[in-house]
Order: sequence, then structure tokens, then C-alpha cells
Amino acid sequence: MSFTLLIVQTLNGLQFGVLLFLIAAGLTLVFGVMDFINLAHGVQYMLGAYLAVMFYALTGNFLIALVAALGAALLLGLLLEFTVFRHLYDRDHLEQVIATFGIILFLNQGVKVVWGAAPLSLPIPDMFAGTVVLSPGILYPVWRLMIIGSGLAVALILYLLVTRTRVGMLVRAGATHANIVSALGVDIRRLFMIVFGFGTMLAAFAGVMIAPILSVEPGMGDSVLILAFVVIVIGGIGSMRGAFIAALLIGLVDTLGRSFAIDILRLVMPPSPARTVGPAIASMLIYVLMALVLYFRPAGLFPAKGR
Amino acid sequence: MNFVRRTEALPIAIFLVLALAPVAASFGAETYLLNLFTRVMIYGIAALALDFLCGYGGLVSFGHAAFVGIGAYTAAIFGAHGVSEIAITLPVALIVSALFAYLTGTVCLRTKSVYFIMITLAFGQMIYFVAGSLSPYGGDDGLTLKLRSTLFGFPILQNDRALYYAVLLFLLGSYLLLRAVVASRFGRVFRGSKENPTRMATIGFHVFSYQRVAYVIAGCLGGLSGFLLANATEFVSPSYMSWQRSGELIIMVLFGGIGTLHGAIVGAAAFLLLEDMLGGITENWKLIFGPMLVLIVLFARGGLLGLATSIKERLSRG
Repeated sequence: MSFTLLIVQTLNGLQFGVLLFLIAAGLTLVFGVMDFINLAHGVQYMLGAYLAVMFYALTGNFLIALVAALGAALLLGLLLEFTVFRHLYDRDHLEQVIATFGIILFLNQGVKVVWGAAPLSLPIPDMFAGTVVLSPGILYPVWRLMIIGSGLAVALILYLLVTRTRVGMLVRAGATHANIVSALGVDIRRLFMIVFGFGTMLAAFAGVMIAPILSVEPGMGDSVLILAFVVIVIGGIGSMRGAFIAALLIGLVDTLGRSFAIDILRLVMPPSPARTVGPAIASMLIYVLMALVLYFRPAGLFPAKGR
Repeated sequence: MNFVRRTEALPIAIFLVLALAPVAASFGAETYLLNLFTRVMIYGIAALALDFLCGYGGLVSFGHAAFVGIGAYTAAIFGAHGVSEIAITLPVALIVSALFAYLTGTVCLRTKSVYFIMITLAFGQMIYFVAGSLSPYGGDDGLTLKLRSTLFGFPILQNDRALYYAVLLFLLGSYLLLRAVVASRFGRVFRGSKENPTRMATIGFHVFSYQRVAYVIAGCLGGLSGFLLANATEFVSPSYMSWQRSGELIIMVLFGGIGTLHGAIVGAAAFLLLEDMLGGITENWKLIFGPMLVLIVLFARGGLLGLATSIKERLSRG
């Protein structure tokens, strides 16, 4: 394992972690404030990517496609909130799981019907198309750096929003004492809607940003959704800070594990079993990490106070 | 109906129908119907186990398909090495399932409600990816069983009808076992842990160990279901343990009405028949099925059996 590869894979891990954070942030907010487990969150990430592909095909401009996709994803998200999710907030988690699972089935299939089952792609905007020389001999795609940068920027904005604004204060209060916030005269339903819409946009944003380097296909949100669950469980449900740290941790462990598991195993066993066992261990790594964290801290690394 | 208690009528009817189904099937598309109902009963076993966890213990596991996968892969991996003796493979499948349930249960059961759902989901996903990376055993493409399991060397499951009745026996056994467990002292403590874990702990029960034993029981039955599934389809693949499968198992439990046991069998039948029927109408059956799930959750609480009861009550009142 060369040093160059280590740097490149660390950056890849960081990029993956940032992406996971964008999805997990919405999920943890929605769960923290509304006690609502939304499996359909991953579908919103997929929709973001598909909408961007569609708007790009119409306009040929990435920025317009990004903005339009975010707007359209927000509208679709609010439509879902208004027609279905709103009636689920008071139900138990099992029913929330089933209903949002139904929405996943519908939207995954719907996407297949509308855009076809074949993977689509979105070109990288020309301005960010090339690679950048990090140090002599180490090239890295600009777009991946863009993803890392924009993700970190979103994290900063979120931090400021949650800690410095009135809505953020209400969100924090709502996460621990929803009933009291409501009793103090805050329209909690409207707060829910704002939080939900925001979470939807974050997931869609992640979808648009990743579309140029991944293939856009039905079901692309499912695996990411489960990783986002792992992230918020490790971070502590409802905790933004926890989600951020856990997302980067998961991104790095998963990416580095996959690239170096075989090499590391070869230090202790012959090459051929290492090649067999390596990928299996690499794919287990983050779940083992989750198990360890939960064994010692059942409520995650940064449990939101009061629950 | 005086000779059986009313509550017993439905389970007895279910098993009678299942016992007689092959006779009826022999007048129609026999192979197709036999396969379909064998699948119903196999998933029925897994759904039973899940209903036991969710309905009686309040433990909503979103990773139950993992056990199905473990059972199926045990049969297939032994098969790939030329061992298909039930007396060896089935106990191993059960032991491996029990071990996995014990280990993951130790971690999962430390957490509650939503955490539990997500952690079981994550462990299910872990097994899914491990199966996908088992390149000697087909990886993502799965693995074909060369022959069905044999008992002391006799290929007793080779005939579809024999397999059907074997599965029926296992289903009946699982059902009776879980009924006995639920009714036992152990079952009462387990049910109490759903209603009020704090009180159970105060009385002096170590709730965690009770839940873990229940989790292991459910895991074993999941493994049994997977073992039978591998035999019925003569094929295993990681998709057996994808998280969608776990979701489908929960749907079956919810369809039948949670916390009734026999409801889970009805739910499995309803789900698989519906899937089969909708799949016959359109390739995009999920476009119909997805919204249906949402509507069922929003409007039909208590599942199909609950719906039937409430309609009956309304009729008898009106």
C-alpha cells in the first residue's frame, strides 16, 4: 500500500463521509424533532439525482439543473409530508416503517417507469471537470473536492442555523421537549414542515452532487439510506454534531477498509485466503464499529439530551 | 362450533386448508400451486417468529431476513461440498442462526425502540454484504443446490408434494412451539417485558436475558425457514437477506394482525398471493402495492384479521 494511494483513499473516504452527512443530517433532524422514522429519505436522495439529470437535459446548465432539482424535490417532499407523513407522526414506529416502505416501493418503481431501468449519468460541469495536483504525482478529481467543500460548507451553515437562529433554537427545543414547545405557543406542525422540507433538500442536494460520479439508477437510495441509519445511530439520534462526526468516521472506515483490507490481511495470512476473506471483512467493518459503539454507549456517541 | 373454542377455530381452519391444498391443486396447475403454497408456508415460519418478537415482546426486528439467509446459505454451502444430510445440515443451520442471534442480540437488545429497528437492520445488511462477498460460493450471483436435502441418505424431499408436507409439518411444529412458549411462564415474562420492562425488572426478572432467549428462538426459526427455502428453490442468493425481504416479513406480520401467531401465516399467504396476483397483472406491481401499504397503515389497523373482526362486529351491531 503506497502513500499516494493512502492519501487518495482518505480523500475518497472524506467525500463519502460528507455525502453520508448530507443525508443523515435530514434523517436525524426529522427523527429528533418529530420522532418519525422515515425510510423514504433515501428515495429523496435518488429523486434529487434523477431530477437533476432531467433538468440538465432540458437546460444544459448544471447550476440551473441543481436549483430546479432542489426546488422540485422540495415540492415533492412537501407533497408527501402533506398527504402521508403528517398522519404518521402519532403512530408507532412499526407503522411508520411499513408506510414509508410502501412509498419506497412506489417511488423506486415509479422512477423505473418514468426514466427507465438503465442507469443514467450527469456530466461534471466543465469548470470542475479536470484533476488537480495535490503534490507531485498525486492527482485528484476537482469534482470530488467540490463535494467535500460543499458538504463542509453545508455542515457549517447547519451548525450556525441550529445554534444561532430562532428556528434553530426551536428545533433544538423541539428535539427534547416537543410538547412544551407546543404548549408555549409555537406552531409545532409548521416547525415540522420546515424541518422536513429542509431535510428533503439536503438529501436531494447530496443526490445532485453525487450524480456526476455515480450512475443514477432506481434503488440507488436504498443502500445509502441504511448507511445513513448507521451514521445517526452511532452519532446519537437527533444530534447534528454526532451525525457529522459519525458520517466522516463511517466514510473513512468503509473506504479505507475496502481498499486496504486485503493488503493488511496479507501481513498475517497467505495471499489467496486473504483475497477471499478481505472483502468480507471490509464489508463488515462499519457494522462491527457500530456494534462496538452501541455496546459501550447504547444511545450513540452524542445522545441528544432528554431521550 | 361447540367442540372447539372459538379462538381455536381459525388456526385449525388454516392448517386444514394447508393440509388439503395439494389435493385441490392436483386438479389445477399442480406444480405452480404447490410451489406457491410451499413458499407461503416457508415464509409463514419466518413471519411467525417475527410476530413472536414484535407482537409479544415489542421487539421490531428489521433484520429478520438475515436468519433466513443464514439458514439458506448453510444448506447451500454444505451442498456445495457434497453434504446434504438433514441430520447434519439442519442442526448446523439452527446452531449458526442461534449463534448469530445470540451475538447480535447481545448488542441489539441493549438498545430500545427505533435504535433497535435500525441496528437489526444494519446487522441484516452486514450479513447481506458478507454473503455477496463470498466469491467461492457465488458472490452476488448466488449458488445453485445440486440436490435437495436427504434424510439418512434417502432423497425424501425430492418429490414436490413430499417437500410440501415436510414444510407443513415444520410450520405446524413452529406454530405449536411458539404457542407453548407464549403460554409458558417464560412467555409471560417476555410479554410483560413489552408492557412494562421497568416493572418486570423491579419484580426481579432480568428482562435482557429473557429477551435474548426469545431473540435466539426467533432466530432459529428464521434459520429453519431459510433452510427450507433453499431446499424448495434449490438456489440461494444474497437477495434472500436483503433489507427489502426483512421489510416484507414485517409486512406479512402486519397484514395478518400483529401478536396472534396464526395471523402471521395468513399474512404470509396474503402477501405472497397478492404479489403473485399483482405481478400477473402488471410488471410494475409495486406501483400498486406501495400505495396499498400506505392505505392499509392509515386505515386498516389490526391487519386483515383485525379488519375482518371489525367488519363482523359492525355487521352484528347493525
